[in-house]
Amino acid sequence: MSLLALSGLTAFYGSSQALFGVDLTVGEGEVVALMGRNGMGKTTTVRAICRMIVSKGGLTFAGRDLHGLPSHAVARLGIGLVPEGRRCFADLTVRENLVAAARPGPWDEARVGDLFPRLAERRGQRARTLSGGEQQMLAIGRALMTNPRLVILDEATEGLAPLVRAEIWAAVARLKIETGMAILVIDKSVRDLARVSDRAVILERGATVWSGGINELTPAISETYVGV
Amino acid sequence: MIPERFLNALLLGGLLGVALLADWRDEPFTITLATRATILAIAATGLNLALGLGGLVSLGHAVFFGLGGYAMGILAFHAQTYAPVELGPLAIEGTTSMPLIWVTAIAVSSLAALVIGLLSLRTSGVYFIMITLAFGQMFFYFAVSWSAYGGEDGLSIYVRNGFPGLNTLDPIQFFSLCFVLLCLVLVLWSRLARSPFGLALNAARQVPARVETVGLDPKRLKLAAFVLSGAITGLAGALFADLNRFVSPSMFSWQLSGELIVLVILGGVARLCGPVAGAMLFVALEHWLGGLTEFWHVWLGAILLLIVLFAKGGLVGLLSGRPASHD
Repeated sequence: MSLLALSGLTAFYGSSQALFGVDLTVGEGEVVALMGRNGMGKTTTVRAICRMIVSKGGLTFAGRDLHGLPSHAVARLGIGLVPEGRRCFADLTVRENLVAAARPGPWDEARVGDLFPRLAERRGQRARTLSGGEQQMLAIGRALMTNPRLVILDEATEGLAPLVRAEIWAAVARLKIETGMAILVIDKSVRDLARVSDRAVILERGATVWSGGINELTPAISETYVGV
Repeated sequence: MIPERFLNALLLGGLLGVALLADWRDEPFTITLATRATILAIAATGLNLALGLGGLVSLGHAVFFGLGGYAMGILAFHAQTYAPVELGPLAIEGTTSMPLIWVTAIAVSSLAALVIGLLSLRTSGVYFIMITLAFGQMFFYFAVSWSAYGGEDGLSIYVRNGFPGLNTLDPIQFFSLCFVLLCLVLVLWSRLARSPFGLALNAARQVPARVETVGLDPKRLKLAAFVLSGAITGLAGALFADLNRFVSPSMFSWQLSGELIVLVILGGVARLCGPVAGAMLFVALEHWLGGLTEFWHVWLGAILLLIVLFAKGGLVGLLSGRPASHD
């Protein structure tokens, strides 16, 4: 059974409909890439999963219907979100950002520091003074501190320098290989996504238009739906 | 610039020094002023938990201060008249024991904070301010019309309540008691601020939605902070009533809620010893300026304006050179 399952999910911003039927599953230990052009509903899907907007349809995590749960309860069930634009707690230090999020489990400060040595070096520094890449590492670290079963990376490497992007992707790959954590990842780079993902789901106009193994994602398909 | 740790020690040392010097020079009134500053600092430290860490601008903290005061007043009044407090079928004996009064004050004010917090935390911003103000006014007018305990005239208690092993009527001994409580409250505040709870609360103030994504309920964090905050301010209220041996509805007044906010802002929002600096400055100005002119509040207003405009971290921020931790 899938860890996360969305079937025919619809969602609304007030009275305007944003999702028109998203089908998506993420199994245990699976890395799934969520693709699509800008404005096709990727972030909205993530927001629906995290119960930040009103949605209808099938939405289960570990067999539990997420509808009716507040956002923080969804996070407690084991969904760690790395939000678009990072959104670290700017006035807290690196260490404090991690401690504030900590929940019991194998992930602790030391382990996050091992995954991102740069964070360990800057543990006393305020989040607002970090570079974009470091903030993204911190956002990932913060999500891991909640000891999730599924990590959602919304725009994993947006606006980061090539070297930093490589570091983030290396960390994602490490998470996949070493911990077998389920990951749902959104990014602009199809090539990078193809390297780490097992499967891909493509959205267009708020609905799933293609899903399959990453090996089945031919250049023609990605050209049609993603534009690259 | 003075390191903040050193500055904190200086402030507390200064407060203690003033009281000890006054005792040596046999000036009980100065000790009373120092005691007043100490108690106001405790009340404002309570508010600093909600306002400083949680970003909750409560214009109703006088409720807890007043409840603490009336907890003392009512218990001591019944001990004075040898008539038990009738609470439905329950008859509770009055008491003149400070520890018992403190426990009662803390219990009553945290319960009130829980109820007020549950209702007012459904809102935020200016609505939160208005709701807490409304609760303050409710309590104020209730106390005014509560004739059993003096109504508008308040309630006088003839003898200061007792603490085992101390003569609380001796100004310096009562001051010391309050000073120790202030230190304990400050230790609690600083531990809370650095605990995962305090950090999460801090984060909830900055970006509530993001706190939810790490599995924490920002409302519950703020409610916990509000209750703790009310409890501390309630304790201060009981001490304040004991200092004056008098309680009156003015302890519930919105002006007092405002003064507590002023103390925190003067000293430095979210600074450990901000409320201590604020209370010391406030009491000193009240005494000196109040002696010079009847309109001393105007000068206090001017000083507050200068601090808000030019020293965002309050007095502590100004002296320690560390900028404001938040607005």
